[in-house]
Amino acid sequence: MMPSPNRILISLFFLLLLSTLQPVYAKAKLSINIAYLSQEQKIPPQLSNLDPFVIDKGLKGAELGIADNNTTGEFTGQQFNLVKFIVPIDGNVLDTFNKDIANKFQFVIVNLNPEQLNTIADLPAAKNKLLFDVATLDDALRNEQCRSNVLHLLPNRAMRADALAQYMLKKRWSKWFLVIGNSPEDRLYADALKRSAKRFGMKIVTEKTWEHTYDARKTTQSDIAVFTQVDDYDVLVVADEHSEFGEYLDYRTWLARPVIGTQGLIASAWHKTHENWGAIQIQNRFKEKAGRWMEEQDYGAYLAIRALGEATTRSLSSELKPIKAYLLSSAFALNGYTGAPLSFRIWDGQLRMPVLLAAPRSLVAVAPIEGFLHPKTELDTLGFDQAESHCQWTPQ
Amino acid sequence: MIKKTCLSLIIGLLCLTNVAAESVFVTLENDNALAIVDPIAGKLIKTIPIGQRPRGIAISPDYKYLYIATSDDNTIKIIDTVSFKELGHLPSGKDPETFALNPAGNRVYVSNEDDSLVTVIDVDKKKAIKQIKVGVEPEGITVSPDNRWLVSASETTNMVHWIDTKTNNIIENSLVDPRPRAVSFTADSQQLWVSSEMAGSVMVLDANKQQLLKTIKFEISGITADKIQPVGVVIDKDRHRAYVALGPANRVAVINAQSFEVEKILLVGQRVWNLAFSPDQKRLYTTNGTSNDISIIDLDSQTVTKSIAVGTYPWGVAVKP
Repeated sequence: MMPSPNRILISLFFLLLLSTLQPVYAKAKLSINIAYLSQEQKIPPQLSNLDPFVIDKGLKGAELGIADNNTTGEFTGQQFNLVKFIVPIDGNVLDTFNKDIANKFQFVIVNLNPEQLNTIADLPAAKNKLLFDVATLDDALRNEQCRSNVLHLLPNRAMRADALAQYMLKKRWSKWFLVIGNSPEDRLYADALKRSAKRFGMKIVTEKTWEHTYDARKTTQSDIAVFTQVDDYDVLVVADEHSEFGEYLDYRTWLARPVIGTQGLIASAWHKTHENWGAIQIQNRFKEKAGRWMEEQDYGAYLAIRALGEATTRSLSSELKPIKAYLLSSAFALNGYTGAPLSFRIWDGQLRMPVLLAAPRSLVAVAPIEGFLHPKTELDTLGFDQAESHCQWTPQ
Repeated sequence: MIKKTCLSLIIGLLCLTNVAAESVFVTLENDNALAIVDPIAGKLIKTIPIGQRPRGIAISPDYKYLYIATSDDNTIKIIDTVSFKELGHLPSGKDPETFALNPAGNRVYVSNEDDSLVTVIDVDKKKAIKQIKVGVEPEGITVSPDNRWLVSASETTNMVHWIDTKTNNIIENSLVDPRPRAVSFTADSQQLWVSSEMAGSVMVLDANKQQLLKTIKFEISGITADKIQPVGVVIDKDRHRAYVALGPANRVAVINAQSFEVEKILLVGQRVWNLAFSPDQKRLYTTNGTSNDISIIDLDSQTVTKSIAVGTYPWGVAVKP
C-alpha cells in the first residue's frame, strides 16, 4: 500500500531579518513532553577495568534524540522536552510513576527491567500512555507477556539468536557447542539460541552449563581447557549475558574454534565499530555530546525519541492517538543508520530492525544476512514473525 | 575525431597518455583515487591518487577544473582536468561529502553533516563567506540552473531547505519522505526532484510554489520494498525522462518525467549511488558502490551497454566532453 505523503510547508519569511549564522527559531506551536524513567543500578563486579561502568546508558541517547528533534522543530514549530526521573536504588519506580508521571506525560521512555516494565504497563495510570521500552530483551514480553501500551526499541533475544544463526549457517558452522551461564537471563538466551538452531537446521552437539569459578586466573589457566574437552564441534556458542566467564573462552578452548554469542562475535542493535549508512555521523554526534561511545540503550532511547519526532511532524499532533496510529502505520519509516527502514511490528510492538554482528574491533556482518528471504521484508526473518507470535495484542 | 588525428600524427604514445573524446571521472572512496574512463572505448584509462577518501565531485562550467571533496583531508581539492595537477583547495569545513557548484562556477556550497551547516565558498577567493544553519545531517545539495535557489536536504530532519542564492537565507522548508538523499532540478528550474532512501520514494516539487506535485514509488518483482532505496536522481534537459539510482536494489528506474510513470527498471551494479549524463545526454553513467564498477546506459535504446571495473567504492561521477 502506498502511504499518502504527509507534507507541510512552513513559511519563514521573517528569517530574512535574522542572521543565518544564528539558529533559526520558528514560534513553537506544538510542545511535546516526554518522561524518561530509569533506576540507579548497583555497579556490578567488573571482569576487567577496560570498560568503565556507564551509569547513564540510555539517557544520553534520549538527550541526543531530543536535540535532533528540536533542530527539526526549529523549522516545524515543535518543541520537545525531556524530563528525567532517575529513581534511587532503594526508591520505588511505581511511586515515581504514579506521583510524577501519571498526570503529566503521555509518552514515557522506560529504561527498567522486565518485571518493572510490565508492572508499570499494568498500572491504571498507564492505560492512556505509550511506553517505549529501551532496555528489555525478553522474548516473553513480545509474546505471552506483551502489553498493548508498550513498544520495544531493542532487538529481543530471539532476533539476536536468529541473526547469529543466519551468520553461522552462511559460514556452515552447523555443529554448535552451547555453553550456558548460571543466571536466569543466560538460560533465556540459551532458549533463544535453541529456537534458532531448530529454525535454521543447526545441531547442538553438546550443551554444558558453566559450573566453574569466575576467578580469572584459575578459569583461564585450567578450567576452560578441561571444560571444553567435548566431542568435535564447529563453533562455541556462549550464553553469558553478565559477562562472568565468556570473555575468557576465546583462545583457550581445547580445540581451536571460534566463540560466538554473548562474547566473541556478538549480536547487538548498535556497536562502536559500525560506520556504514551514515552511522559515522551519529557516532560522532553522540560522542561529542556524551563523551563516550553510544551503548545499545542509548540507541534505543534515541530511536524512541526520533520515532516520536517523526510521528509528531507527520501527524501534526502531539496527542497519543494519532501519534500511535502513525507509528504503527505502514507509512512510518525511521532511519536507524543500519541500511534498512525501521518500523514497528503491529503484532507485538517490537521495532523491526537489523542486528549487527560485531567482533570487539570490527563489524563482521549485518543481519538479516543476504539470502535469507521473506515475502514482505527480510527484517522479519529475525525474531517472531506474525504467524509465530503468541502476543494477543490489540493496538488501541 | 581525436582518434583520427592521433592516427594521422602517428604519435600513438601521446594519444595514450592524453585523455580521449569524452572523459568520465569517478571518485574511488576506498582507493583514495580518481578513475578516468573513456566511455566510448569502454575502458579505464588510468587511476590517479587524489587524496583521502574522495567522494563528491563536480566539474567547472568551462570543464577546466574538477572539484573533489577529499573527506578525510577535510578539504575540496581543485584539480586541472588536463594535467590532473592539484591547483589549490577550498575551505570546505570538516569531512566534506556532498557539495554543489553554481551555474557561473564561482560559488561552491558544501553540506557539513556533523555541524548541520551549509558553507558558502567564494571560489575565486577560496574563502568561506557564510555558514547557513540547516537541519540535522544535511546531505543532498543543488543549485537551480537559473541560479534562483540553493536547495539543501537534511537527512535526519527530513526536509529540503530552499535558500535564496542572493541573500543565502532560508526562504522555505518542505517536509519530505524519510532520509532525503539527492536533490536535482529540472533544466528549466521549474521542478525539484528529491529521492528518499528510507521511504523508497522520489518526490517531485513545484519549485515556484515549493509544493508537492507527485510522489513516485517503485515496485520490482522479487525485491522487497526495504531494498529499494533511491539515491541519485537526474532529469534530462527536455524533461522527457528522469533516472533514479535505487541503491541496494542494484537498479536504475527510468521515469517518464511528464506523466511520472515508471517506464522501465534497468539492472546495473551493486548499490548504485550516483548518476551523470554524457554531455550530449545520449548516455548515462552510474557508480555502483559495492560492485566496484560503473555502468553505461545507452539512453536511445534504454539498455545497459557496458560495465567497467574502476576500483573500490566508486562514489561520485563527473563528465567532460
